[in-house]
Amino acid sequence: MRVPHRMVVTVAAMAAAASALAPIRQAFPASTAQVVHITARRFQFSPSVIHLKRSLPVVLEFTTLDRKHGFKSSLLGLHTAISPGQTSRIRLVPNTAGTFTFHCDVFCGSGHEEMEGTIVIE
Amino acid sequence: MEKHIDRRAFLKLAGIGGAVFVSGLGLLQHADGIAAARALYRGNEADGEDFFFVQLSDSHWGFSNPAINPHYGTTLVRAVEAVNHLPQAPDFVVFTGDLTQTTEDGSERRRRMEQFREIAGRLAVKEVRFLAGEHDAALDEGKAFHEFFGPSFYTFKHKGVTFIALDNVSDPEGAVGEGQRRWLAGELAKLSRSAAIIVLTHLPLFDLYPSWDWATADGGQVMELLLPYSNVTVFYGHIHQINHHTTGHINHHSAQSLMWPLPAPGSLPRKIQLPWDTRQPYKGLGFREVAADRRHSRYDLREFPMAEAAK
Ligand SMILES: [Cu+2]
Ligand SMILES: [Fe+2]
Repeated sequence: MRVPHRMVVTVAAMAAAASALAPIRQAFPASTAQVVHITARRFQFSPSVIHLKRSLPVVLEFTTLDRKHGFKSSLLGLHTAISPGQTSRIRLVPNTAGTFTFHCDVFCGSGHEEMEGTIVIE
Repeated sequence: MEKHIDRRAFLKLAGIGGAVFVSGLGLLQHADGIAAARALYRGNEADGEDFFFVQLSDSHWGFSNPAINPHYGTTLVRAVEAVNHLPQAPDFVVFTGDLTQTTEDGSERRRRMEQFREIAGRLAVKEVRFLAGEHDAALDEGKAFHEFFGPSFYTFKHKGVTFIALDNVSDPEGAVGEGQRRWLAGELAKLSRSAAIIVLTHLPLFDLYPSWDWATADGGQVMELLLPYSNVTVFYGHIHQINHHTTGHINHHSAQSLMWPLPAPGSLPRKIQLPWDTRQPYKGLGFREVAADRRHSRYDLREFPMAEAAK
């Protein structure tokens, strides 16, 4: 599986910033992970509520149906661009239960402000 | 005789209530908005190196939800008239972005820009400077903005102050970008470390509240370029409210909007447009004057509420 180079850099940088909160861990063998696919399009993510289990490795997989979007959760320290024709992936192990918001951080049009969702870790 | 803002007159106005004055040194004072400024300027007509300019921001021309602003078609017009009625014309006016409300339709975007430019053209000042906001520029990487308003990043000098306009919105990810940072480094290299510099931009150059896009993706790298300079002040828009912040010795001042106010950073679960309050029309909307006190290397800010200006 090809992970875009840029994404790796971003996730690594954000992981360091997020370590104080430590709701996630990002290193684990890929083969054991559950995959959650998320599609982005103007102006929503689907699903917009993502349920994850504590300690269960997961790969969030993103594609876009129209234009470039972004996925960013400041609370979890997660960030990736979602570009047409590409699949972006973020691997994580949720460590802490809670509800964490995410949003599109690429200005994508008139409904951009409403393009958001939540990750629920149980 | 060298002209400077009369500090005594200025201080006398303190405590009357109304607009907030903020100096470049972070001192907060209160005075009675427009009336106070009128009184202040009347006694201050000698010519010299001090000057003032007006910052207008986030007019979102083309927005049309009456529950948010029933006067969406006239708020900008009234702000322009209020500026034209200032007791002394500012040296120039700067719009710090989101001139127009975003639209996916390129011809509608141009129609809005054309109307906006016509209204801004009524300003009775020698010079008007424009910056883009993400609403103007993010969907076409600044193409329409360039057609109507020229380059989206540039410098100009005014009475000894170097103004640097930065574009952090033509990239829809809200970055200044490597190319423009290189240009900025080149422009800064021409200046002495103590030069008076005013940076104008749309998004905050620091992480004010990243979950609400209240940040510049590479703002940290921009600040690194600016921090070696001892006399830098940033004026920006985007957050539709007044906010004062300091990075090291650099002050950042955001301006109010001319269309809708937004909640204080993180004060509500979501960043919603604050609805029109019929009991307090124009609440949270306004514009600002910046008086450059060159002798003391400071800027005095006067906030003009639209509630007063629209009367
Ligand atoms: Cu904006
Ligand atoms: Fe705005």
